[in-house]
Amino acid sequence: MKQPNSVKDMGKHPGEPLAQINPLEQIPLPPPFDKLEDEPEYAQLSDAAREKYVVLDDTIAVNIEKPKTKEEEDALVNGFLSGLEKLMSVDDNWTFLQPFEMSMEHCAKCHTCSDACPIYEESGENELYRPVYRSEIIRRIYFKYIKKASPALHGDIDLNWETVARLIELSYRCNVCRRCAQTCPIGVDNALLSREIRKIASMEMGIVPKEIHDDGSVLQLKVGSSTGMTPLILKDNIEFIDEDTAERTGFPIETPFDKQGADILLIHNAGEIMAWPENPGAFATVFEAAGLSWTLSSDAIGYDGINYGVWYDDVQFARVAVRHAAIAKKLGVKKIVLGECGHAHKALTVIADKVLTGDLNIPRESSMVTMRDIIRSGVLKLDKSRNDFPVTLHDPCNLVRLMGIVSPQREIVDAVVPEGRFREMAPHGVENYCCGGGSGFAIMSGHNFADWRHRMTGRRKFRQILESFQDESMDPSHMKYVCAPCSNCKGQIRDIINYYDAFEKAGIYYGGLVELIVNAMVDVQPGFIDWEWH
Amino acid sequence: MTTLAYVVAYLGLVFFLIACIARFMMWAKMPMHMRWELYPVAHEGGGKAAYGGSYLEDTEWWTKKREVSLFGELKVMVPEILFLVALRENNKKLWTRSFPFHFGLYLVGGLTAFMLAGGLVVGYLPESIAGPVAKIVALVAPFLGGAGLILGIIGAIGLFMRRRGRELRDYTAPADLFNLVFFIAAFGVSLVSFIAYDRDFSLVTAFITNLVTFNLAPVGTGTAGVMLTVSVVLLSLLTAYIPTTHMSHFIGKYFAYHSIRWSDEPNLPGGKQEKIIQELLSRPVSWSAPHINADGKKSWLDVTLEDQTK
Repeated sequence: MKQPNSVKDMGKHPGEPLAQINPLEQIPLPPPFDKLEDEPEYAQLSDAAREKYVVLDDTIAVNIEKPKTKEEEDALVNGFLSGLEKLMSVDDNWTFLQPFEMSMEHCAKCHTCSDACPIYEESGENELYRPVYRSEIIRRIYFKYIKKASPALHGDIDLNWETVARLIELSYRCNVCRRCAQTCPIGVDNALLSREIRKIASMEMGIVPKEIHDDGSVLQLKVGSSTGMTPLILKDNIEFIDEDTAERTGFPIETPFDKQGADILLIHNAGEIMAWPENPGAFATVFEAAGLSWTLSSDAIGYDGINYGVWYDDVQFARVAVRHAAIAKKLGVKKIVLGECGHAHKALTVIADKVLTGDLNIPRESSMVTMRDIIRSGVLKLDKSRNDFPVTLHDPCNLVRLMGIVSPQREIVDAVVPEGRFREMAPHGVENYCCGGGSGFAIMSGHNFADWRHRMTGRRKFRQILESFQDESMDPSHMKYVCAPCSNCKGQIRDIINYYDAFEKAGIYYGGLVELIVNAMVDVQPGFIDWEWH
Repeated sequence: MTTLAYVVAYLGLVFFLIACIARFMMWAKMPMHMRWELYPVAHEGGGKAAYGGSYLEDTEWWTKKREVSLFGELKVMVPEILFLVALRENNKKLWTRSFPFHFGLYLVGGLTAFMLAGGLVVGYLPESIAGPVAKIVALVAPFLGGAGLILGIIGAIGLFMRRRGRELRDYTAPADLFNLVFFIAAFGVSLVSFIAYDRDFSLVTAFITNLVTFNLAPVGTGTAGVMLTVSVVLLSLLTAYIPTTHMSHFIGKYFAYHSIRWSDEPNLPGGKQEKIIQELLSRPVSWSAPHINADGKKSWLDVTLEDQTK
């Protein structure tokens, strides 16, 4: 395993990777995936990519082209310093000034956070992925070049274009799951610093992974959804979903659109509509069966709850959040209910709480709560025996550690899964591990980034999933269900299962929470969960 | 020579107080920021704090009175401050060094505060009250002071060794080592003074009583007086130095928890936060990336509401 010897290496060894993982040295997974030599081959970064872009480690997320002139080199350094200064400004960074300064000033560099980071641990404790390694670089730049403090006080670092470019890359080796912050004895948040570095790159330098900016928030603001789905296509898709779901369940549904004065505006992650149509179909089935007054919006942006700005850019974040609220206001709904998407939950409910005022300040509710209340009301007739298979529950970080929504989804599982069939992951709840797709990784797969993601960020979640089913037969005919009530997490878990071929080899399947509810509903035909790999 | 000790002690205490207030004000004056809480949030009521739940789990939470438990916060903060519980749970190896260091510091700091208060009582109140108080001070001072100094030195040496170890060496600035050496020196000289010349803490007690009654009379003679002066000077300089460094985390930590980690108060329609938010959204933006489209004059609201469909 190659790893940096020092924080100062960040600006040294030009063109060379600072860290490389040897897959044969990783900690083996639980059975039946416990033989390292049998794991899928780890795709290597191409020579062409290494030649063209800045190199940090085994992969590339951001695609920062190597500067060709001194002017381009200086532009990287000066842009970064200019952005760093703006992070300290009330005007430009009132949004996170206090949390940012707190984490810059008070880190004791005690490394308590390292053991909380699944990426650091699964990398074999590679120094590059230590949460403090990344933070220490920005802290040293901040104190030496912005505050002009002596390096004797806060440590020394040379600042060159390679330091800057690698640091930006390194900010995309963190899921921003904030497990590190949870264990910090002082309250320092090294995950936030990853996000703040990303902000400098995006908001000052215009450097962002294409998947989350050009193909993400920009596309969403332009056409209505990061999936590229326009209002017209949306309506077609939902019509198809309604028909298909009704065929599968025998329960007719017609999703209402733009119903003025409805109680609820339901906003899905549009990825559900495109990739997992059974999820919006299940929502519609439950809401209709419960007799709720609800609607979807066909206004651009109103049907896609994603808000990628939450990972990298405060302005992009605010733009999307305000449009979501404006659409709800136009419809005159009593509340917005967020579908199964963790970051959409956190973005609109918690973070946008300090953006939305006046008549845009419309109550937001988690669908975990809405669904729990429907079940509590007794309006649905449920037959738990229809879910007579092993179930484990993934806790999306955004929903749980960052919002405190822990018990509603468990109450739902208790209501729809037979006793003895549900098992918690260890650890779970607010101490959960990220799925590995957090902070945009689930949708990023340029070069060999997907392989890096499976090997490094998703490995801990896959380990947890396997551990939770260790008392069950791993025969592929014995189906086991990983419930992931979040679209991005679901995408990441699908990718890990695919990578290890765990559906074919061990019968591990995945899906959302609402699908489990519909699968247990007496009023619909059995077999809503079809155990077909899509 | 004791006069020097008095002067430095006054200056040290005054500087410490001013620096602490300045630090506190710096954090307190920072603008409202986006919510960035982290669960469990200790003040969540209704048994939710125990498993990390929040009011967002409640049906139509915005219509209900939020249950905020001060007792819940105290239940976490008091053991955290006294015993560094988070560190014990997440980094036991460091806790074995950090806990004695901090607890030693608490004992020395607590005893100093107690002796300052005792000095005021002895100096300004009648003998019927001052007498018993002086006796209590005389009784506890050697135990608390001795234990505090020893624990502090053991902890500081442990932390110093750890910082020199392979894992932390690269993350250690010269100032980090200096801070620990400063503690070891100040506490070490005080311990020698205590063991060799002032086992009943009578000299220290007399000095502190004089300090709070503004009686600058010499205390101790010969080597005992010199040792007392050196101890006081070092401890006073250390006291003044702490709030100027990252060791002021005892102030920052309050805000790290109350203003960030546990700051979950919702912005309700028509509530007090809305006006503050509107003011913040009217601030100018100068971020330079083309997609922000800022010019240093447009406000956050302007750039947020701009048409992005073209």
